[in-house]
Amino acid sequence: MSVLIFAENWDGKFKKSTYEAISYGAELAKQAGGSVTAVVVGNVSDEDMKALGKYGAQKVLSVKNDKLNAMNPSAYASAIAQASQKESAKIIVISYTYSGRSVAGRVAVRMKAGLVAGATALPSSTSPFTIRKKCFSGKGLTDVVVSSDVKVVGLTPNSYKVNTADGSASIESFTPTFSDADFASTSKETKKTSGKIPLTEADIVVSAGRGLKGPENWGMVEQLAELLGAATACSKPVADVGWRPHHEHVGQTGITIGPNLYIAIGISGAIQHLAGVSSSKVIVVINNDKEAPFFKAANYGICGDAFEVVPKLIEEVKKFKSAH
Amino acid sequence: MKFLVCITQVPDTTTKITFTPDKKAFNAAGVQFIINPYDEIALTRALELKETLGGTVTVINVGQAVTEANIRKALAIGADDAIRINTEPTDAYYVAFQIAEVAKKNGYDVILTGKESIDYNGGQVPMMLGELMGLPSVSVATKLDINGTVATLEREIDGGKEVVETKLPFVAGAQKGMAEPRIPNMRGIMTARTKPLTVVEPAACDLLSSSVLFDSPAAKGECKMIDPNNVGELVNLLHTEAKAI
Ligand SMILES: Cc1cc2nc3c(=O)[nH]c(=O)nc-3n(C[C@H](O)[C@H](O)[C@H](O)COP(=O)(O)OP(=O)(O)OC[C@H]3O[C@@H](n4cnc5c(N)ncnc54)[C@H](O)[C@@H]3O)c2cc1C
Ligand SMILES: Nc1ncnc2c1ncn2[C@@H]1O[C@H](COP(=O)(O)O)[C@@H](O)[C@H]1O
Repeated sequence: MSVLIFAENWDGKFKKSTYEAISYGAELAKQAGGSVTAVVVGNVSDEDMKALGKYGAQKVLSVKNDKLNAMNPSAYASAIAQASQKESAKIIVISYTYSGRSVAGRVAVRMKAGLVAGATALPSSTSPFTIRKKCFSGKGLTDVVVSSDVKVVGLTPNSYKVNTADGSASIESFTPTFSDADFASTSKETKKTSGKIPLTEADIVVSAGRGLKGPENWGMVEQLAELLGAATACSKPVADVGWRPHHEHVGQTGITIGPNLYIAIGISGAIQHLAGVSSSKVIVVINNDKEAPFFKAANYGICGDAFEVVPKLIEEVKKFKSAH
Repeated sequence: MKFLVCITQVPDTTTKITFTPDKKAFNAAGVQFIINPYDEIALTRALELKETLGGTVTVINVGQAVTEANIRKALAIGADDAIRINTEPTDAYYVAFQIAEVAKKNGYDVILTGKESIDYNGGQVPMMLGELMGLPSVSVATKLDINGTVATLEREIDGGKEVVETKLPFVAGAQKGMAEPRIPNMRGIMTARTKPLTVVEPAACDLLSSSVLFDSPAAKGECKMIDPNNVGELVNLLHTEAKAI
């Protein structure tokens, strides 16, 4: 049994979510005694592709084509589906990033495969093939049984640990065929949120809400975030009134995140806010109202005025950083 | 221009989520169902585009008769007509397959969905629909404009936004930003009752996956409260106990 992993790259570089997907796929193959192939679409250096061996990939199928430098769901799905046919893969693993979620469904349809859209763990059973995922915006969990012969697993980033060992993958160049329909849409431009750590990839997120009173008070939030190497986020009303940009808004109607550490400052913890952050591994809440609902969802809480607590926290983090 | 908007109904966002004692299903007793918030955004954008470009907006739902109250709400918001495919939606493939069967016959120029349903959170119906119909698809789209036979969308990508251009017809999943949902007015509510709602029977389709069991996430342990005058303790615990920094 062979496992195929879509090894996503960003401007030619792999990220942690790629390594998570490969580690996950390699574990699946190990359990079933099968081989592990990664498919790479775009211009990645040979050295980086070989290094995928460290995470468990035995072989890399490298698809290079100038038309594929920007993500295109249909063409990428063609490449992944053809790679999986070539390898007779029974399981296809795709990290459920924005690009991953754009291709997973198309690959599943092409392969007539059942899809687990946002797996959070290894299968709890391989026969029937059963995987757990979140549902109801994190307020529930469900076991999904995939009954088709080929299976697609969309793996939620930050939910499986990266495993490393010695190893080097062999590289094979692969030339799938594409149809005109694959290129009916084209990428015109990408607008990067420059210099900052993207919210969905951040290990630590510092977030603030209406308790901060106004946009002029975000200096301390940004300073704390910078010290921790964190991304910044905010509650919905804060983005709605324009104190912060919309792309920082987390929650039910904003971005869903699952960092290792989420620090919420002056946010009440409304259920719609929690829906976007409840997957965070550790939650710290700073709020001056001891009844704030967020404390119920938190691991650590400080009941106090953000304008006093946050500057102190900044000083303590500075001390900690210089000692470690 | 013919618009098709896929709508599903979901528990109201403030619902406490519980499951039946055998854990096989969502406990819907006493729960108020609403139109999936992202689908409402898609519907609103379709209506705005119809106002400038002309045409019709059809809403489609795969569901049992209980969903008709929310279908009528979509008609009250302004959709011209509605189709309900009379079956229990099982997985995203099944839903996309049923919608594709109907959509292929009717020929739409623009098919919109929400970026994901807030119950299943899969976000796959738009991409599967695109694949089943041989059309381009854009997930998590925060903007949509149409100029002649070309659409320009903005979609979320890791660490930013991407501007995508696509030929019509296409499928896209709406994310916040594409439009601000509208509240139905009295006239809308009155006329909704008489707008056509066609019920069609489902086509045969293979079942590729199913949700067999539901569970609630493990409760968080007690929140450890830290004295605001001893913030250093927080940093210490985050390092030694939580191993988060
Ligand atoms: C359909 C729907 C979808 C929604 N989607 C989202 C979403 O995606 N994301 C989201 O965030 N919200 C969402 N909301 C809104 C949500 O219900 C809340 O209204 C919102 O999260 C509240 O934001 P807040 O906590 O910043 O503000 P508030 O509720 O006003 O809370 C401010 C908090 O700051 C505290 N505070 C005040 N002063 C200080 C101080 N000096 N120091 C410390 N603490 C202080 C207060 O005690 C309070 O707890 C949605 C609502 C609906 C109906
Ligand atoms: N039963 C359904 N009927 C019609 N449209 C649906 C249905 N389920 C999902 N959709 C559409 O597909 C989108 C994504 O759903 P999902 O893949 O379940 O996250 C939703 O926002 C809806 O627009």
